[in-house]
Amino acid sequence: MTTTANQDPEIAPTELAGQFQSPFRRFVSDFFESWVATVAFALFLVIVFGALFAPLISPQDPYDLAQVDVMESRLPPGSMSYQGYTFLLGTDGAGRDLFSAILYGLRISLSVGVVSGIIAMIIGSSVGLTAAYCGGRVEALIMRIVDLQLSFPAILIALMLLAVFGKGVDKIMIALVTVQWAYYARTVRSTAIVERQKEYVEAARCLGLSHKRVLFHHILPNCLAPLIVVVTVQTAHAIALEATLSFLGVGLPQTEPSLGLLISNGFEYMLSGRYWISFFPGIALLLTIVSINLVGDQLRDVLNPRLQR
Amino acid sequence: MTAFVIRRLLQSAVVVFVMSLIVFFGVNVVGDPVDMLINPEADQEDIERAIRALGLDRPIGEQYFYFVKGALSGDFGRSFIFGEPALKLVLQRMPATFELAFTALVMAIVFGIPLGLYAGLRPNALSSKTIMAGSILGFSLPTFWVGLMLIMVFAVMLGWLPATGRGEVATILGISSSLFTLDGLSHILLPAFNLALLKISLVIRLTRAGTREAIYQDYIKFARAKGLSENRIIFVHLLKNILIPVVTVLGLEFGNLVAFSVVTETIFAWPGMGKLLIDSIQQLDRPVIVAYLIVIVLLFVLINLIVDVLYSVLDPRVRIGESQT
Amino acid sequence: MTDQVPTLEVVDLATHFFTKAGIVKAVDGVSFSVGAGEVVGLVGESGSGKTVTGFSIVGLVDPPGKVVSGSIRLKGEDLVHANAERLREIRGNQVAMIFQDPMMTLNPVLRIDTQMIEAVRAHRELNRAAAREIARNALGQVGIPSPNERLKAYPHQLSGGMRQRVAIAIAFVNKPDLIIADEPTTALDVTIQAQIIHEAQTLCRQTGTALIWITHDLAVVAGLADRICVMYAGRIVEAGPSDDVLDRPMHPYTAGLIGSVPTHNKRGERLRQIPGMTPSLLNLPPGCAFRSRCANAQSNCQQTPDETTPFDGRRLRCHHPMTAIERQP
Repeated sequence: MTTTANQDPEIAPTELAGQFQSPFRRFVSDFFESWVATVAFALFLVIVFGALFAPLISPQDPYDLAQVDVMESRLPPGSMSYQGYTFLLGTDGAGRDLFSAILYGLRISLSVGVVSGIIAMIIGSSVGLTAAYCGGRVEALIMRIVDLQLSFPAILIALMLLAVFGKGVDKIMIALVTVQWAYYARTVRSTAIVERQKEYVEAARCLGLSHKRVLFHHILPNCLAPLIVVVTVQTAHAIALEATLSFLGVGLPQTEPSLGLLISNGFEYMLSGRYWISFFPGIALLLTIVSINLVGDQLRDVLNPRLQR
Repeated sequence: MTAFVIRRLLQSAVVVFVMSLIVFFGVNVVGDPVDMLINPEADQEDIERAIRALGLDRPIGEQYFYFVKGALSGDFGRSFIFGEPALKLVLQRMPATFELAFTALVMAIVFGIPLGLYAGLRPNALSSKTIMAGSILGFSLPTFWVGLMLIMVFAVMLGWLPATGRGEVATILGISSSLFTLDGLSHILLPAFNLALLKISLVIRLTRAGTREAIYQDYIKFARAKGLSENRIIFVHLLKNILIPVVTVLGLEFGNLVAFSVVTETIFAWPGMGKLLIDSIQQLDRPVIVAYLIVIVLLFVLINLIVDVLYSVLDPRVRIGESQT
Repeated sequence: MTDQVPTLEVVDLATHFFTKAGIVKAVDGVSFSVGAGEVVGLVGESGSGKTVTGFSIVGLVDPPGKVVSGSIRLKGEDLVHANAERLREIRGNQVAMIFQDPMMTLNPVLRIDTQMIEAVRAHRELNRAAAREIARNALGQVGIPSPNERLKAYPHQLSGGMRQRVAIAIAFVNKPDLIIADEPTTALDVTIQAQIIHEAQTLCRQTGTALIWITHDLAVVAGLADRICVMYAGRIVEAGPSDDVLDRPMHPYTAGLIGSVPTHNKRGERLRQIPGMTPSLLNLPPGCAFRSRCANAQSNCQQTPDETTPFDGRRLRCHHPMTAIERQP
């Protein structure tokens, strides 16, 4: 007996360290276990970086009329410009460098998607928390509305709102938030209900803590994991939906050329074989959506307590 | 059973009521009703007359009453562009949209179920992994961009299929459809596949998940122990269990397909309701927009109702009203 | 033993599961035989390999499991090397199975008649009406009242006991040589348990069908089985005629099992449990698998005990069998 205890003194500390590894570090190491997720995450970083620093990276400002020459319109990828740089991905119908236009378009697409996602998350989570915390009739009413909304496809609701309001940045934001809030509300409520029944909430209530404190300091942090997963999935959805609506001509106005509008503008040239004007913005959109979705998939696996190793 | 149907009917009525409120107040309160309901090219006298005719000088509650009254008799006003009743325009376009959505649904079943079944039965085969990777891609690809690429490859580059429009229509047994002519079929292939892509991916996933789950069930093992042939086990015992959830989901997806056909119809210039909606939004043809929205809400409510009833018929466990845990 | 060929003869059967974590030796050198009309009880705790033994016989071990060695002969015919089609012909026709949970064994979306008729028609060239007639008679035989109506029912419309009777009727419908019943009464009420056992026994006696009754419950096999095989960690540790084994257990594990059965002559006394838990079969070290829970264990239990035949008809795998004195409570 004594021999086994003294056998390997150096094993014990490492084992302990493994057990008390901080949750965040374990999360990070779990996340990068999958190479697909690692590549997707790196790709996403590159896309965000490209969008953030678009003015510094792109060879021209595609919306500065002084830098754009209509004579250079519809040039195939790899053509040389008069200024001496290469149009890597060709030019569009107005003579803009497509690579630059895509980077600028990414800025708009990403910011519309992310901002609407955050607003929807704040509204949806508050509503979901309220439902879970109040219970009873308030909860039943809120969840009825959520169910009702989710029984209609997102694109239909967005089309309805845009048909009534008209187009514009603010309008499409309203549409995207309206479409998304219900998912957040449902997610937060279902997690919060589980948390609500746990003993620590009971304890916090018995201590006489205020409702606000119990909600935001005790219940909400425990809803974070599923919320993060929904955020990634919904952001990808929002970006795709905005692109679709803008493509249909009911989303963003021409003054805010997101990826969807770029693709739409290239549509008329497609039948004459000038594929690149629609093709490359589409690839950029696809890579953005796929990378976010793959990151989301991995987050779901890593954060899912039922799969916790 | 009757009580179940009645309860669902009442729920549906509430939904339609709520949606009519939203559409009505969206058009009449949030927006400027004069601007929205009256042809912007009309002169001042016309506008005055129209305001009186539409009852826009009355209190809002009364206006809603007339809106509902008009809607119940199918009167949503006349299109500014075509000068015809808005509802008639929408209903005229309905067969084309249904034809497209129906073809897409059939494609989703014809491609999705065999592929999903195969991937579920041989989960480790390379071919199965390719199928699953394809279905993940199918979920992420934006529909409208896939449509463009389909046109680029099959219409522009290869020249195999026409890119736009609906083909020749033939009437068989009182049903007119472009599905009955070769020209019509060649026109519908690309848009229907475009519309179906997302659903094919969905059906593959559902069927595969169902297969993976069912294959370890005791009743499959018991069927094997009875000495049944592998074909009978897969196509009767397994498939019948999987089909119930897949059919339910697909039924619900029909409405989704009709909604998404807005995108596909615009790309392929398919003369359906969706294209009408987008055209009307761009031309500010408000009566048609309102008519479309009300029709689509009714359609959704109806589909949800039918699926619920169908589900209870298909699954004997639900039919008896006995829930198993 | 007569010189007749036994209905089933299993020799040195080994079925291993090749998992990512390692090889699980679920069945590791099992031998037994069943004669016509004989009932053999295969007894052991969950995880002892008794169910896998049953599935190995009919070639229904799910991957990653595989029969790696040994032989299984049904009336002299080799089943280990039989092709898939031959195994399919045998299943349900010569060898039938009854499963543990009657709630799960019948397909929930098919009617009883469909499930019975297909079982008949899988092995016999009959039209539907003739197959239906056979199915109806089979239901009558297992004591199901108004079989015509039951045939049209869906499984969820029947009670658990009723469903298990249907499963038994399906097993007997093709008059098999052997039935493997895997804990068929565990999920049922005690009263129904007794009826089911009685019916299965009567049917076997009438038809001369051999029966392997897999169970963890010694009380069930006591009145039913002619012979008992006690399994532990993938091996048969003790086998012999039922009364003999139950009256004079020689393996400490068998004795432990008997001690943990509540009977009325021990009323008021504490039930004796076997200490510890069944070992994980994953990478099981060599030696007697029971040694960590055994009161008699000594250092030579590190070596796997060979099978011995202490007297005629008894088989044993133990270095330190129980003596008569130890068996006294």
